Amino acid sequence: MSIEPANPGRRQFLKSSAALGGSLVIAFYLPRTMKFAMAAEDPAKTYPPNAFIRIGEDETVTILINKSEMGQGVYTSLAMLVADELEAYWSKVRVEAAPVAPVYNHTVWNIQATGGSTSVATSWEQLRKVGAAGRTLLIQAAADTWKVKPDSCRAENGYVIHTPTRRRLSYGALSAKAAELPMPAQVKLKDPKQFKLIGKPTRRLDTPAKTNGTAQFGMDVQLPGLLTALIARPPVFGAEVKSFDAAKSKAVAGVVDVVQVPSGIAVVAKDFWSAKKGRDALEIVWDRGANADLSSAKLREDFARLARMSGLPAKERGDATGILAKIAKPFSAEYEVPYLAHAPMEPLNCTVDLREDRCEIWTGTQFQTADRNRAATIAGLKPEQVELHTTFLGGGFGRRGNPQSDFVSEAVHVAKAVKKPVKVVWTREDDIKGGYYRPAFHDRLTAGLDAKGRLVAWTHTIVGQSIAIGTPFEGAMVRDGVDVSSVEGAADLPYAIPNIRVDLHSPKLDIPVLWWRSVGHSHTAFVVESFIDEVAHAVGKDPYRLRYELLTKHPRHRGVLELAAKKAGWGSALAKGRGRGIAVHSSFGSYVAQVAEVSVEGGQPRVHRVVCVIDCGQVVNPDTIAAQMESGIVWALSAALYGEITLNKGEVEQSNFTDYPILRIDEMPAVEVHIVPSREPPSGVGEPGVPPLAPAVANALFAATGKRVRSLPLSKHDLKTA
Amino acid sequence: MIALNVNGKSYQVDVSGDTPLLWVLRDHLGLTGTKYGCGVAVCGACTVHVDGEQARACITPVSSVGGKQVTTIEGLSAQGDHPVQKAWIEVDVPQCGYCQSGQIMAAAALLAKNPNPGDADIDTAMSGMLCRCGTYQRIRKAIRRAADMAKGA
Repeated sequence: MSIEPANPGRRQFLKSSAALGGSLVIAFYLPRTMKFAMAAEDPAKTYPPNAFIRIGEDETVTILINKSEMGQGVYTSLAMLVADELEAYWSKVRVEAAPVAPVYNHTVWNIQATGGSTSVATSWEQLRKVGAAGRTLLIQAAADTWKVKPDSCRAENGYVIHTPTRRRLSYGALSAKAAELPMPAQVKLKDPKQFKLIGKPTRRLDTPAKTNGTAQFGMDVQLPGLLTALIARPPVFGAEVKSFDAAKSKAVAGVVDVVQVPSGIAVVAKDFWSAKKGRDALEIVWDRGANADLSSAKLREDFARLARMSGLPAKERGDATGILAKIAKPFSAEYEVPYLAHAPMEPLNCTVDLREDRCEIWTGTQFQTADRNRAATIAGLKPEQVELHTTFLGGGFGRRGNPQSDFVSEAVHVAKAVKKPVKVVWTREDDIKGGYYRPAFHDRLTAGLDAKGRLVAWTHTIVGQSIAIGTPFEGAMVRDGVDVSSVEGAADLPYAIPNIRVDLHSPKLDIPVLWWRSVGHSHTAFVVESFIDEVAHAVGKDPYRLRYELLTKHPRHRGVLELAAKKAGWGSALAKGRGRGIAVHSSFGSYVAQVAEVSVEGGQPRVHRVVCVIDCGQVVNPDTIAAQMESGIVWALSAALYGEITLNKGEVEQSNFTDYPILRIDEMPAVEVHIVPSREPPSGVGEPGVPPLAPAVANALFAATGKRVRSLPLSKHDLKTA
Repeated sequence: MIALNVNGKSYQVDVSGDTPLLWVLRDHLGLTGTKYGCGVAVCGACTVHVDGEQARACITPVSSVGGKQVTTIEGLSAQGDHPVQKAWIEVDVPQCGYCQSGQIMAAAALLAKNPNPGDADIDTAMSGMLCRCGTYQRIRKAIRRAADMAKGA
């Protein structure tokens, strides 16, 4: 099993395989009648020659993956969907990053993109049909060869077998013939009982390449004569270059050019280190602009003030405000979460080779169509003249899917200015300071209890920047002024409370914001699941019990909650100083409950154990699901403990992992993952593990110390008990 | 010109002596398995071996390794079959994979010194190695597995 990295030679390879036509490859176009193939461009006229499957005479089955591999395991799970239905022999399966073409568009979004924990859910039908179509053609080719009826043949592990005579032909031997056949009008999908790969723990196809140094990330792209550029970007968001002096920079050995681009001043050199030294030597006078005085302290005050006023309604059921006005002692609390950087391990980068009539781009992106189109506009080319190669992504988490195509756009600008192949590299400091953060939020909640202590009213005011307003996604994500991603996980509160009002303020600021693994849920779950815990303690109920009772209409929430409590030994005795906290949250179609076990050491939280239960419908690769839960928990714990981007005098105060720390192995809790068996359609896995962690930990800290933490990061709080 | 020995091969590179080993490996020798993550020796993605000891290539001036043996992920084993690499595959450690060259080099260095590390030894030795995907639990397991493999288990 191996991965074909996207490399400069691949374009040539695809061209030659196109020239070879049916002799080596099966040109599986998707049936034209399927709606997902109907994009603006006619797939038949556009690259590539074959869509998802290529079968070689040497029996290798190459599956082209139209989603970006950023660690979430799509190169394996999506290949499993195709291979299972195709009846491919798994050890002969290879995967390759798909080029950019309408046939590879996301089946719902109609652009080529990876995000929202949607890859398996939206490819589930499509890729199984692709595999089944391949199987049907191979069976037909064998039946034609033997002059027998196709239904007397079966496909199994890379062979077609004529059942009565036990004759067999390999896929490699049949591929040329199968390629000549018309696409079947209809295909029959397997009964789930016949799945051989789907649902079974399957090792990732990309692991060998990721253990021997051969996996190619964007950062690793090499071309003859490739230059490296670093860009000096504004110290304050929205600041502009007043003047710059490149003399000292150009005097640095290895520096080739210094050019101004819209995002700053680019220092172009023969290698990274020369570019870095050249950038350090650059003298720039900035017009610091309107945000020169922006500070987190002031923003927090502004947000807190807004939270006391009612915003645009996002959810209204009954008359929560009216009822709360009549209740003697409504119960209120305010919560705060900070701006957060994605900080993927691979800093952003993009390589561009721009010629007169074409442009080639190599980058780890989540947004192929948008990036390619933006690049074409900047280069003055047609989209089809731009060829974008998707490399492995050294982490994405949302940062590599930017509607503004920031890291691709600026690389094309630099290439346009220097007229040579160039790789723009962000340093870690550029990444931490460069914006596109998870927005900060301030939330104010009020709960009303009736005389019997029943929760009868709930209001929730949310204050935080919109990630959608002013972007191409505004139309899809903003309804009646409400960015649905700001209120997801809050407006769809699952608890049976008769009167609910959720409203939103989206202050307009120039701090670049973006989706960040689990998006709005990353903040709403912390707030909602902490506050419901507060309510439980206020009425003297067990926090697990109260949740369970209020989830009357949500059996899948209840299912994960109950199993998590059971597996964690909820209610059993704990060592002195330890506390247990629970949280449940639904996001991206999946349901996750977590129980955290914590103590306090030197005033700081220590998380010992996390029990995690997920219901994500039909399981494709259980090992990937477990890995993604572990990953989501670490991601969320890093943020909960340490994550914080702050501004002072307009400048971001953090710069590297020194002051934007992430979890280390010696802080790693024991994580146990349990998957609820299900025949529901598959739903998200990459993000849903994130939201419940912070509230489970905060609730556990309350259980351990009696201190309620209402703002993150936790490291800012002294949790020492008296 | 600066002379250096990487993975058993001798090279002459035309760079200034203060250039970090990381960028010589990546930009001049084409050995891109060693990664840039932070540039200030806090993430470990650039970990290589210099005369068998682990070193952070991002802050190691190339002038300081002349005459020493540098080993990168590409040279850890001929076939990618060092016990640590085999254990990494068996346990399916990597996710995005970007930090894993460094993790593997650090784990190999640990096992070379301590063939039978306990949980605390593993945490201590690996605590400077960041992984944003959170593969830590599997790294612990894979190091224990590699230790067993090296003993023939």
